[in-house]
Amino acid sequence: MTGRAGTETSVPDSAGRYGRFGGKYVPETLMSALTELESAFAEAVSDPQFVSELHHLLQRYAGRPTPLYHARRLTEALGGAQIYLKREDLNHTGAHKLNNALGQGLLAKRMGKKKVIAETGAGQHGVASATVAAQLGLECKVFMGEEDIKRQELNVFRMRLLGAEVIPATTGTRTLKDATNEAIRYWVTNVDETFYIIGSVVGPHPYPYMVREFQKIIGEETREQILEQIGRLPDEVVACVGGGSNAMGMFYPFIHDDVRLRGVEAAGHGLSTDKHAATLTLGRPGVIHGALTYLLQDEYGQVQEAHSISAGLDYPGVGPEHAYLKDTGRVHYASVTDSEALEALQLLCRTEGIIPALESAHAVAEVVKLAPTLPKEQVIVICLSGRGDKDVATLQTRLDAGGQGGTGA
Amino acid sequence: MSGVKNRIDELFAEREKKRFIPFITTGDPSLGTSVRLIHALIEGGADLIELGVPYSDPLADGPVIQRASQRALQAGTTIQHVLEVIKELRDSGVTIPLVLFTYYNPVLQYGVGRLFERLAECGGDGIIIPDLPYEENQEALAAANQNGLHLISLVAPTSDQRIAMIGEQASGFLYCVSSLGVTGTRSGLNSNLVPFLKRVRSCTSVPLGVGFGISTPDQVREVARHAEGVIVGSAIVKEIERNLPLLEKPETVEEGIAKVKTFVQTLSSALK
Repeated sequence: MTGRAGTETSVPDSAGRYGRFGGKYVPETLMSALTELESAFAEAVSDPQFVSELHHLLQRYAGRPTPLYHARRLTEALGGAQIYLKREDLNHTGAHKLNNALGQGLLAKRMGKKKVIAETGAGQHGVASATVAAQLGLECKVFMGEEDIKRQELNVFRMRLLGAEVIPATTGTRTLKDATNEAIRYWVTNVDETFYIIGSVVGPHPYPYMVREFQKIIGEETREQILEQIGRLPDEVVACVGGGSNAMGMFYPFIHDDVRLRGVEAAGHGLSTDKHAATLTLGRPGVIHGALTYLLQDEYGQVQEAHSISAGLDYPGVGPEHAYLKDTGRVHYASVTDSEALEALQLLCRTEGIIPALESAHAVAEVVKLAPTLPKEQVIVICLSGRGDKDVATLQTRLDAGGQGGTGA
Repeated sequence: MSGVKNRIDELFAEREKKRFIPFITTGDPSLGTSVRLIHALIEGGADLIELGVPYSDPLADGPVIQRASQRALQAGTTIQHVLEVIKELRDSGVTIPLVLFTYYNPVLQYGVGRLFERLAECGGDGIIIPDLPYEENQEALAAANQNGLHLISLVAPTSDQRIAMIGEQASGFLYCVSSLGVTGTRSGLNSNLVPFLKRVRSCTSVPLGVGFGISTPDQVREVARHAEGVIVGSAIVKEIERNLPLLEKPETVEEGIAKVKTFVQTLSSALK
């Protein structure tokens, strides 16, 4: 594996390209809005007042920095490398999503937009957007697939409680992909007064770049904290990848370090079945939601349905920077199945008293396989991107029905 | 201007003549019925036809064309089939310009160069790719020029300072999006349409086609006062949808096609 690479500083280029990936494949109606967003973002991040306002909110409102925790019992149970957890699950609203939603929400306000829209899969980004809208006094609509509304009832209720309107996406596969289509269609229609808060490092430029910039605080804190705790950088950093925002935010500050980076996709029922969301592992380059990236598609370019037990990983595309990092070899992308994620989730519950989100459980599951193969002197950091409260209904159904992994220990 | 000359340029050679441009989702409800519907569009007064390639994620389309895409995909329609339909139409003596309307991903998977070459061989005249803006279209533009096809650009009410560069590159005709939003009928025309079209006109030498939200003879007449071409998509696709019970049965398909043709005539006759 490549330890160091010197080329990443240049991405994205001015056209929003990460190597051949990225770009702006959107209807002409949106092009001016993207240009406007690009300059507004550039101005904002170079304005000390914006930076300090965001910093203030992240600290006093969201509760950052989130802890970096040495998971000793999990480490013991696996009998290999030392495992540390970056506790994004302790961020306000229960996931890393708020980091980005706060950034974009502040930007929306700065641009004079009164209305924000968002798409959501698991509901975490929807909840984060609804939260930010409430905090900043903006009107918020969240597009969510009908299928996901069923799977994530609790988050739907939370969004409504926070004053957001949840709009079901009833087209296509009725999951995150279609919620994003509907959000884009709404944006095309109301582009003058609406700010679209995209929840991951996906979509047309400048979104993948902007979201990475708002999420890189995860990796920056981790870097500082691990240096403080053990006096050196970790050997490996692991994060789950759906669209890939927690992973991008975690990886980016380590890109030029001698640290192995590993992204974990959802293999669903298995890579040999047609029910998975392993875009980087099994997809081919194509265009989805405005970006050229790896994509699950048929030979004619029709987008295929993704599957994962985790609604947040259930996406047939992936951020274009991940596509680039896969091709350059800087990041290694693996995948774990629904069952492996469920088992890892229970292991973390019982060894550490932490119920992770099903998404984050995929990163844990990869480490369950990886840690025992490494010596005790090595250090792995897992980005624990979110907490599992939203998943308890899914877990109840799955674990009661299948007895998956059992309940005793 | 690209220097490409084909049936589209011939059609618009007499600028004072207004042209009716219907859109159809190819393969809705089946390929065979689509071909018959296209003939009906021509008999009903079509001067140029946009043949839509069904797509799983039609971002720029409203619910009517989304549903048509789903039906066509369920019937097994691929981009290859749409090319074959164009060839079949030419073989049966159709002489009006035919333009492929497709999202970019199917083009990319087919191979940009290969698709444009094949489209030209089959008898197509142009291609519209709604999610391929100016900044991303170099490869497609080169392939279009190389194969004597027009890459039809789109310009929107939000294009603003972009109008000049788009207008200068425009080839065949310039597709003017009448209002913000996705395809689909609107109750009225955008009140800023006329100043928008005037601005576009001042930035290009190619004829203007106006689309999005045009569904009645009155709207067709009104738009034609300011543009050479009037594009109607969702309204026709909706009429096809309304007549699906007839179109899906062999004994009544003729009757269904006749109804669609009558509807198209009421729109196209507004230009005569």
